[in-house]
Amino acid sequence: MKAKIVITPKKAVLDPQGKAVQNALEHMGYGGIQAVHVGKYMEIEIDGERESVRKQIDEACHKLLSNPVIEDYHFQLE
Amino acid sequence: MNFAVLQFPASNCDQDAVHAIRVLGHKSRYVWHKEKSLSDADAVIVPGGFSYGDYLRCGAIARFSPVMQAVQQFAANGGLVLGICNGFQILCEAGLLPGALIRNRSLQFRCELVYLKTLTTDSPFSNLAPPGELLRIPVAHGEGCYFADEATLAKLKAKRQILWLYCNDRGEATQSAAPNGSLWNIAGICNERRNVGALMPHPERACETLLGSADGRLIFESMVRALEMRTEAQAA
Amino acid sequence: MNLTSETKVTPELVRDHNLTPEEYERIRQILGREPTYTELGIFSVMWSEHCSYKNTKPLLKGFPTQSPRILVGAGEENAGIMDIGDGLAIAFKIESHNHPSAVEPFQGAATGVGGIIRDIFTMGARPVCAVNSLRFGPIVEEEVSLHTAAAPRGKGAEAAMANGRLQMANNKRLFAGVVAGIAHYGNCFGIPTIAGEVYFDESYEGNPLVNAFCLGVLRHEQIARGAAKGTGNPVFYVGPATGRDGLAGAAFASQDLTEESAEIQRGAVQVADPFMEKLVCEACLELLATGAVAGMQDMGAAGLTCSTCETAARAGTGIEIELSQVPQRAPNMTPYEIMLSESQERMLIIVRRGREDEVKRVFEKWDLPWAQIGVVTDTGRMVVKNHGQVVADIPARKLADEAPIYQRESRPPSYLQEVRGFSLDSLPDTADPVPDLKALLAWPSIASKNWVYRQYDHTVRANSVVGPGSDAAVLRIKEDSLPPVDENPKSEIRNPKSEKFIALSVDCNAAYVYLDPCEGGKIAVAEAARNLACTGATPLGITDNLNFGNPHNPEIFYQLRRAVDGLAEACRAFEVPVTGGNVSLYNQSPAGPIDPTPTVAMVGLIERPEHITTQWFKDEGDAIFLLGDLIDLKDPLFGLGGSAYLRRIHRLKTGLPPRCELNSEKRLHDALRTLIRAGLIKSAHDCSEGGLAVALAEGCLSHQVARDTSRLNGASIDLTEFPAARLDALLFGETQGRVVVSAAPAAALEILERAKVLGVAATRLGRVGGDQLRIKTGRRELTWYLRELHDLWWNSIARAMK
Repeated sequence: MKAKIVITPKKAVLDPQGKAVQNALEHMGYGGIQAVHVGKYMEIEIDGERESVRKQIDEACHKLLSNPVIEDYHFQLE
Repeated sequence: MNFAVLQFPASNCDQDAVHAIRVLGHKSRYVWHKEKSLSDADAVIVPGGFSYGDYLRCGAIARFSPVMQAVQQFAANGGLVLGICNGFQILCEAGLLPGALIRNRSLQFRCELVYLKTLTTDSPFSNLAPPGELLRIPVAHGEGCYFADEATLAKLKAKRQILWLYCNDRGEATQSAAPNGSLWNIAGICNERRNVGALMPHPERACETLLGSADGRLIFESMVRALEMRTEAQAA
Repeated sequence: MNLTSETKVTPELVRDHNLTPEEYERIRQILGREPTYTELGIFSVMWSEHCSYKNTKPLLKGFPTQSPRILVGAGEENAGIMDIGDGLAIAFKIESHNHPSAVEPFQGAATGVGGIIRDIFTMGARPVCAVNSLRFGPIVEEEVSLHTAAAPRGKGAEAAMANGRLQMANNKRLFAGVVAGIAHYGNCFGIPTIAGEVYFDESYEGNPLVNAFCLGVLRHEQIARGAAKGTGNPVFYVGPATGRDGLAGAAFASQDLTEESAEIQRGAVQVADPFMEKLVCEACLELLATGAVAGMQDMGAAGLTCSTCETAARAGTGIEIELSQVPQRAPNMTPYEIMLSESQERMLIIVRRGREDEVKRVFEKWDLPWAQIGVVTDTGRMVVKNHGQVVADIPARKLADEAPIYQRESRPPSYLQEVRGFSLDSLPDTADPVPDLKALLAWPSIASKNWVYRQYDHTVRANSVVGPGSDAAVLRIKEDSLPPVDENPKSEIRNPKSEKFIALSVDCNAAYVYLDPCEGGKIAVAEAARNLACTGATPLGITDNLNFGNPHNPEIFYQLRRAVDGLAEACRAFEVPVTGGNVSLYNQSPAGPIDPTPTVAMVGLIERPEHITTQWFKDEGDAIFLLGDLIDLKDPLFGLGGSAYLRRIHRLKTGLPPRCELNSEKRLHDALRTLIRAGLIKSAHDCSEGGLAVALAEGCLSHQVARDTSRLNGASIDLTEFPAARLDALLFGETQGRVVVSAAPAAALEILERAKVLGVAATRLGRVGGDQLRIKTGRRELTWYLRELHDLWWNSIARAMK
């Protein structure tokens, strides 16, 4: 099984990287950009029963893979 | 006094902390991240560096090392813990301090001397800071922008947990005085119980006039003073 | 003998490996048969210029390499080592990573830093500081228009400008990427990047220069050798697994690689892992302390190939390795790929037989991947097996030391005629020096490099006494600068005499070298020595990085030959040996070769902390002097040839550069050190790019107290006694052998008297004070406000990079 995890900065947190990318895109002439957020994407290959894997990944996201103070996460299992 | 200086893989200011403590005439020893005990330490320093390469997030992996379980226990028992730079990041990740440190607003690493204004001398880390005088101490970090949500910030202010602010040479906490875009210009804080403190600047690099500033001594000397007062109180 | 060759070696394949038919014939003679494909790859990298110096070896013999302080000399090992007294020594070296940085600036520069740090700890030294020398194409419009000065007006000019802007954007991308890469690696490793230089010139467009230097400290008895000593000793591999990284950087055969070629190209960029390097470094130093190590060598250029054959060649032994034991990151790697991979942060360690367990224990403490991959033999051969089958079997010494040597043809470049013919007759004197000085201070090659060095951690390890932004950096050496003496690092003091001060400077004015290769070479050494003298240091030795174009071009080879002549002559004059270095040739883009750039990194020693001197003025009322002659009247261009003034203000890179009188230069440095040691000097700053006016301005501007806080100290200068024929030459001429010093007024008389005895011209120029720089000449009184100058000087690179 593969867990695909996406971690994004919380909306309230300053995201200078996202801001820099947004500026660059605007300079390149891409119009209508409202906001850019730069986060992380991870893949974890894992074996086990689906529901217990979901639990494990959720816990790992909360404990290690993201920092709940500044980041949100969501994931899907494939 | 006996300081324990933690060593994680790719800690790189551990030697500097040990040196600074030696310059001040105190003892220190390295504690390897795989150790489970701090033995007879009077205080703990979580030094700067790039523990575990700062992969994932700064300090995120270090907090799970065996020695950090010992530090949790040490802090819970009221022991003094000072985090410097990466050490600040680790203590936040470990939940020993509120908030988080994120990438500098400039997106660049910054290494330079900064002025710090001490907001309160009511802490074991700042009790010797002369009122009205600024400290001049170097920073060297890429992710030192302090962040906390509004409720946390309000609490930090109310409980006087903010120890140092970045300021200009006139003591004003202007936006451009902060090298990293920190919330409210926060450079260092302590926990509510006031036994765990941390700052992004490196006091251990500012303990000798030869290196341009000896202001960092005040922070370590404050810790020594606090420990001595504790011993005196216990004796009495 | 029946060897396994995975691919048939054809004449095309030989050519694709950059080997000539004659070289191939020589390989056949050495082997007594046709080489296998793997062997072909091995010979091609070992006989490349980078590993063999086949085009430059005869020239490099001209360098002085001896001194009583030399413990490990040039060419012996990965880096030279010099004695600094009290049983302590320093190891240092510079190396280029130009082409990798042009392809991928961040990783290219980062791996360059990683490579040079490895060279240092391979010698058993603890790396304690990094320095770098960088060159890029222009990052501001003023220079871009240099291209178009000769272009037609109208549409052609517009197109040229547009092209120039495109180039400029690319130059900025490379500059930003290289600086970030150096910062990433050095900061994470925890080494202070304490000095450097950055120049911008159109000749580097598309071919930036990234020269990285590292210095380490050790005790004499801790010197480690890259030799595979002791038949029967096991050979260990430590560090991350081998991938296909850097294959294209060595000798990349394009044919036979169809399906895989895309994958290999992608894998070609070497990725830096400073975290791994930090662990490998600490583990290696601990390992050496156990005494279980017989020899150690990093896997740098040509990776496993170079490290195995060089260690065997040095020890006069043989080595046999089994590739299936080598940790591999990518599936289905061929012996050719494993041998030529340049995956980073790997080390080859020869362990004393019977002490394997001690070694394994250290690797495990640091959680490092390791493998035992072979054994030292007495055959004199480098034997490579893959699953038991021999894929290469080469006499190690012939491979490592007997590359062909070429005497290249040399011819004075045709442009030199025009350069020599340039006179000041065609050039009107400056109409107004006030804007000229502002323009020079804002010129990125002269402007403050704080945008660069504030990204580098230059204070880690708590030894940086003088950081970037003065003539030379000064680093303290203390007990914890040394490698451990036993496995478990402790914290008590062992050697109280270990506190010493090392000064470092890296220099090269490549425009001078372009205009007169020999004189320019001399000046590179003289300027480095002068910078050290300004801090109070006595030079110990140099490491050089010769960056040139294609040596097959006789005009380029002339530049190389004459520059080396100049460097060597100056080294002899200053009594500084060359302890090693690096040669980087083929530095050219389609637009042409780079300006010849023989970068000189010089290391010096300061015995006492109170002698450490910085470049900025200190106190109001102090007297300002010039040591050396104000103008070289024997120079028909009065120091304006090749000057920053000609280049920036008149957009001319021409004229013979100022002359370098080595005897008087040496006399000046000795005198300056004597005055400093007598406690008479408060500041010392040499005159280089931009001449006297820029040196004075920098004396006023360069004292940075903290972030956003500079201490500006004005100066009032009176030059009315010098009836100069030209104002531009007086203010901006770059006559060599000059230093601006300041001192307490009470010391003035003594300075003048002592200078006279020491045989050096000394002139009182004025005094420190006020918030302006004021220069009074016979013709005009000039005034600049320091706030304005500071902004131009301090912020211009940051503005260009916004």
